[in-house]
Amino acid sequence: MSMTNDTILKVDDLKTSFKTRTGVFKAVDGVSFELKRGKTLCVVGESGSGKSVTARSILQIVDKPGTIDGGSIVLTRQDGSQVDLAKLNPRGEEIRNVRGREIAMIFQEPMSSLSPVHRIGEQIGEGLRIHFGTPKAEQRERVLDLLRQVEIPRPETAIDRYTFEFSGGMRQRVMIAMALACNPQILIADEPTTALDVTTQAEILDLIKRLQQSHGMSVLFITHDMGVVAEIADEVLVMYRGKVMEHGTVDEVFHAPKDDYTKRLIGSVVRLERKAEIRLKRAEIAEDAAPLLEVRNMSLTFPSGLKAVDDVSLIVRPGETLGIVGESGSGKTTMGRCLLRIYDPQMGEINYRRADGTVIDMRTADKPQLKELRREVRMIFQDPVGSLSPRKTVAQIIAEPLKLAGMRGKELDERVAELMQQVGLEPAWRERYPHAFSGGQRQRIGIARAISVKPRLIIADEATSALDVSLRSQVLDLMMKLQDEMGLSYVFISHDMSVIRYMCDRVAVMYRGKLVEAGETDQVVNRPTHDYTRALLSAIPHPDPRDRRIQNRFRYVAPSASVNG
Amino acid sequence: MLPYIARRLVFAIPTLLAVSIIAFIIIQLPPGDYLTTLMADWASQGGAVEAGTVAAMRERYGLDQPMYFQYYKWMAGILLHGDFGISFELGKPVTELIWSRLGFSLMLSLLTLCFVWAVAIPIGILSAVRQYSISDYTVTFLAFFFLAVPDFLMALGAMYVMSVWFGQSVGGLFSPEYVDAGWSFGKLLDLANHVWLPVIVIGLGSLAALVRIMRANLLDELSKPYVTTARAKGISEFELLIRYPVRLALNPLISTIGWILPAVISGEIIVSVVMSLPTTGPLLLRALLAQDMYLAGSLILLISVLTIIGTLISDILLAMTDPRIRLT
Repeated sequence: MSMTNDTILKVDDLKTSFKTRTGVFKAVDGVSFELKRGKTLCVVGESGSGKSVTARSILQIVDKPGTIDGGSIVLTRQDGSQVDLAKLNPRGEEIRNVRGREIAMIFQEPMSSLSPVHRIGEQIGEGLRIHFGTPKAEQRERVLDLLRQVEIPRPETAIDRYTFEFSGGMRQRVMIAMALACNPQILIADEPTTALDVTTQAEILDLIKRLQQSHGMSVLFITHDMGVVAEIADEVLVMYRGKVMEHGTVDEVFHAPKDDYTKRLIGSVVRLERKAEIRLKRAEIAEDAAPLLEVRNMSLTFPSGLKAVDDVSLIVRPGETLGIVGESGSGKTTMGRCLLRIYDPQMGEINYRRADGTVIDMRTADKPQLKELRREVRMIFQDPVGSLSPRKTVAQIIAEPLKLAGMRGKELDERVAELMQQVGLEPAWRERYPHAFSGGQRQRIGIARAISVKPRLIIADEATSALDVSLRSQVLDLMMKLQDEMGLSYVFISHDMSVIRYMCDRVAVMYRGKLVEAGETDQVVNRPTHDYTRALLSAIPHPDPRDRRIQNRFRYVAPSASVNG
Repeated sequence: MLPYIARRLVFAIPTLLAVSIIAFIIIQLPPGDYLTTLMADWASQGGAVEAGTVAAMRERYGLDQPMYFQYYKWMAGILLHGDFGISFELGKPVTELIWSRLGFSLMLSLLTLCFVWAVAIPIGILSAVRQYSISDYTVTFLAFFFLAVPDFLMALGAMYVMSVWFGQSVGGLFSPEYVDAGWSFGKLLDLANHVWLPVIVIGLGSLAALVRIMRANLLDELSKPYVTTARAKGISEFELLIRYPVRLALNPLISTIGWILPAVISGEIIVSVVMSLPTTGPLLLRALLAQDMYLAGSLILLISVLTIIGTLISDILLAMTDPRIRLT
């Protein structure tokens, strides 16, 4: 095959495998692609598709016990010289000279991917020290320049700070600055925006695009989100179980997909572009029904003086889903926790109507009352890994609230099996531990636990944010199915307008502790009255490369301007 | 930081008071008192004592008073005059007896601590980086072996080997000719010649524990994403190891000072008896056996002070090395 000058990286028949006790797991199985100079190639696939391992194989930084078994990774330098990275010794000097200097990489978790005990200036400047032996003073100047490029406010003070003093978006900017330090030719970005909320994601995608143009870099972008792909890609590589399913320009892949798997991936994003089918079919919820939950003027100020929840009033009707949307730091999670009295709001009323019609103010309820109420109001958490005890079997996890309610023996076993079936899990898996399940299945376990004692209201805090896009609609569909079966009401907290639009009947938009807009979902989504709502809506990646939304999105700047994100 | 240290020191006061009270009670728990021990001694030597003499002595030592009053007198002496009381058995002020030995105890403990740290960290790193290799298994085996062997047995074994096979003078911290000599370069050299054996014997148990802790800490850190990030920057494997995972694995190790120090000190007591070292250890043991309560109580109090200081030092060091910890 001939190498044209505009191909900077050519991967041919790459094979990477992990030797495990049960045999050899082929994570990357014969993957080939070319990365063009100055272009963006998106590698897309669900978790476990091998896209991340492909990216790591290029720099030979696959975690143990992974090894590259075959294939070539040819890097063509600007002077025309070529090197096969797959042939280099992973601990040798040659590959080290490529890492960070010619090919730099940014990672998904900006918190854990940066050292917590080193100042960010030190971490950003390290590449300069390693590759060029840049003296300290000069290094600092260059780091300050990089921090300005990635638009971190007040670089002179930021340079001496630690990662935990920054927000998620800022940390990812630090990471990008670190990658840019040695002016690399290629930037590999491994799910850089997955851990961020939608508005911050839009900012970071924007930043990467601009820096790519100004530095003339090629970008290899790994993601599971077809919406993001449509926004930024020139070319797309779809991966599934270590193999390439489809490869083509972004327009071809989106407008004439050949492979079924690609179609499914696109479908899962497109589905979230409108309201769920089961919601369109359902009858309207009576507006005059007595509200299940009525919150009046609730406020919570943390000891630090931060007003996390500021005079919030809302109602939840029986059988309806109220969406709470806002970016991180908007107080939506804190607000949700106030409803369950995990936090104690200082002011206002949380009036909950019990099945017999009596109304209790949960804000002032005493302990025995709260214990009763917490059986009727339950919570689903964001992190399907952290919220399930790794030392309990699935059956034990689901049975926990039932046991607290006094259920024992055969009745308990039967109820657990019934619940597992209800959320789409095999009852035969009851003895397995959470680590044996995928992210989507784990979230189903969390849902089964939440509905086990037949609650009337569920507060779901970012219940689908940690899931791949393709799984989101499935979990949302499940939640709506359960809602109709059990007559549940949801308070659905999310940063992502698209899942809110898909599922919620009404939506309330939160910004810095206040509700800035509330109303019927259709109305808020189609005719937003507040600028912040419009900003949230325009930050959703649009799964159509012909109509890129993020670049022309609407930015909201609060009247009392301060830097955020 | 300074207000924090001040506050911690203030909090240490009630702890010390409680320790002194408990120590005082425990020392007095066995039936009888110092005079009973004395009588038994005399009786075994064939002497007989008249009841009146005993009563007179009991009055003189204040042993006829109730326990809380004795405690009050002892504490008041310490707080007001720095007077830790009198050793019944040796007939000397406790302060005089302790000071000469406390220096050696402190020196021995600090040397042991340095030895343990200096050896445990590299071995722990090796053991983690080469996980499940022959060197890892060897180190792990030895670590558990030394954890299991009691200090006194180790001391006896070491002394036997050194004196029989190598003809070294063992026992004590000095050769006979230097014991009562004044400080000179020769004496210092002699001390260095003797001190390493007890240091190793006292340290081995704690060393083994620290190697295991370091290994576990480092194994946790090695798989963290920031290690991959640093590797992707092109840093060399050795520099990467030292600058990132080892740096973070040290933090939990620092907090072990708090419990390594007391472990070293209590290990030192037994080893010192076996190896007849001029430290506080043998003194404490004898004081306890003879129910020489002011001497024993003062020693326990001083050891507790050392422990509290050790914990404080480890907290401060931790705050200095880990920016995530803020002392307030």
